[in-house]
Amino acid sequence: MKKTRCALCYAVLAVCFALLLAVSVGTGSAALSPHEILRILLLREGAGTAAYNVLLKIRLPRALAAAVMGGTLSVSGFLLQTFFRNPIAGPYVLGVSSGAKLAVGAVMIFGMKLWGCVPFGAVMTAAFVGAMLCASFVMIVSRKIHSMAMLLVVGMMIGNVCSAATDFFVTFAKESDIANLTSWSMGSFSAVSWGNLRICLAVIAVCLLLCLLLAKPIGAYQFGEHYAASMGVNVRRFRAALIGLSCLLAACVTALVGPISFVGIAVPYMTKKLLGTAKPMAVLPGCFLLGGVFCMACDWIARTAFSPTELAISTVTAFFGAPVVIMMALKRGGGHR
Amino acid sequence: MKPTLELDNLSVGYGRRVLLKDLCASILPGQILTLIGPNGAGKSTILKTISHHLACMGGVVRIGGENIERMDSCELAKRLSVVLTERVRPELMTCYDVAASGRYPYTGRFGRLTALDRDVIAQSLALVRVKELADKPFARVSDGQRQRVMIARALCQQPRVLVLDEPTSFLDIRYKIELSAILLHLAREQGVTIVMSLHEIDLAARVSDLVMGIGTHGVEMFGAPEAVFTEENITQLYGISSGVYDALSGSMELPRAEGAPYAFVLGGMGKATTVYRRLTREGTPFATGILAENDMDIPAARHLAARILTTAPFAPPSEAVLTEARQTLLNCGALLIPDGLEAHAWDDELICFAQEHCVEVRHA
Repeated sequence: MKKTRCALCYAVLAVCFALLLAVSVGTGSAALSPHEILRILLLREGAGTAAYNVLLKIRLPRALAAAVMGGTLSVSGFLLQTFFRNPIAGPYVLGVSSGAKLAVGAVMIFGMKLWGCVPFGAVMTAAFVGAMLCASFVMIVSRKIHSMAMLLVVGMMIGNVCSAATDFFVTFAKESDIANLTSWSMGSFSAVSWGNLRICLAVIAVCLLLCLLLAKPIGAYQFGEHYAASMGVNVRRFRAALIGLSCLLAACVTALVGPISFVGIAVPYMTKKLLGTAKPMAVLPGCFLLGGVFCMACDWIARTAFSPTELAISTVTAFFGAPVVIMMALKRGGGHR
Repeated sequence: MKPTLELDNLSVGYGRRVLLKDLCASILPGQILTLIGPNGAGKSTILKTISHHLACMGGVVRIGGENIERMDSCELAKRLSVVLTERVRPELMTCYDVAASGRYPYTGRFGRLTALDRDVIAQSLALVRVKELADKPFARVSDGQRQRVMIARALCQQPRVLVLDEPTSFLDIRYKIELSAILLHLAREQGVTIVMSLHEIDLAARVSDLVMGIGTHGVEMFGAPEAVFTEENITQLYGISSGVYDALSGSMELPRAEGAPYAFVLGGMGKATTVYRRLTREGTPFATGILAENDMDIPAARHLAARILTTAPFAPPSEAVLTEARQTLLNCGALLIPDGLEAHAWDDELICFAQEHCVEVRHA
């Protein structure tokens, strides 16, 4: 029964995923007929025309970015929840995204000043370093305090400190240096270039494969550190892999599209409820699909709801994600152990 | 027979602090070793060291003759499994899923269960008698059932040594008895060596083959339960200064009410014990008699009564004892007759004596 349910959910998710991808590519301020779109996408006709450019240089990378980054954030959230054994953990609430944002902001501003341009590889490295620093700090704190709620408060405070520091840099930076930074720091899927997207996709693909290899120990770790160790998990190595992977995933997303809130918490929870299981082998792919669906839907709303004005993506994800988190808290009765 | 588990001059502790030194023990297949002692003495530390969750601070732990520190963690998991005190709350898992997770060291990279794995899981669930719970959500079963599922999980690792840290903590009396029966069955029928810590010394005295008493000064006693569970040992081990442990019943009694006896309780055939306990609870010192020296009321009377008058088994009391009884009765304010007492001739005599001398006679 469980397997049929999982299979059914996957099928529905896959259909939604494809449908939303089509809708994202098909709608926008420039009206393009489905016929036109198919011709451009499949036959590569009309190179150089406005329609061709809109479709291949703007809409398609944007839709892909929303799909993949949403999925990636969700997986990263699931890993962090496993690590901290806390269902409300996620890259955004634990300050991991903000740490990445601060590092990226700093590198962008100083890089612009020194070299005039910043390669995307440097941005990604900075994001990873920032994410790891914040995550390590929360990790150290989590060894001292054992309350779930306090851990989140610490994470959020770190996030706030990082955001404040980013704002500080931005205030004293030259207008021209930060033109991109402001829209990026609020989180947006627009202005995603193929080149950057490709790098991210490669890194993410490798990370996700590694995650699947970790599925078995993640399952054991759901019983807690001691039980995991007693079953033969090398806990130290496993924890390092887990935190490294989740930070790398969150860093990729942050470097490409900026910090995005709530996806990392809400989606894993919804996935588990949907699939009726918490088995990592089932949850990991499910998380990715649902995260993609969630982000594409949110991005579509951000683009079209008040068109031509575009909403920041976090505005929309928060609007739909926060109620899920509140529901979660209510269901768990306040989140005490 | 070769021992399954050997502790060879083992030192245990946290960080750099050595808590207990030079532990030696060797436990045969199918034996149950129970650690008893006050909280914080180091029972859990020993269990965590045996299960290699804490590093040995000195000495060696051997399973089947092999040093556990030299074993691969997966190899160790196939020989030793644990049931811990911490409560686990795995999300959305059935009891079957929980038990199945114990197959971890045997399954491949992605944790797929083979037919053999499924057999072992079914057997383990059957051994602890929770087969019918297999499809129930783990979060929805009772504490006793959950504990048994956790034991089934541990058994799925097919261990030679099973380590349990206070397995009875959350259980009510019914589940405690069931759990003990299951552990005994595992040891006797499956030959699993069991090492556990228990708070309930009465339970420990009944299920263990070997008992290690760990007090504030380290290992204070080690051996067969008959040798360990004496009144002096237990009183010393737990530092009991008020009240006593009764070795025969394996239970404890409150400290006796001090002072001159205020009531005289007739007794015999165990009918008076509950009256003794009630008087002690109320803080009333009392005398009791005349009890045969082998009467069931004797153990409680020895611990609780301010004064006891006894007679040899199967013999009426001597005139001297009777006189003493009368005298004691005169100094008491009341004579209590326990419910259901089968009065002897001398009891009737004492009742008459009390009535004659205006001592209140009450049924209790």
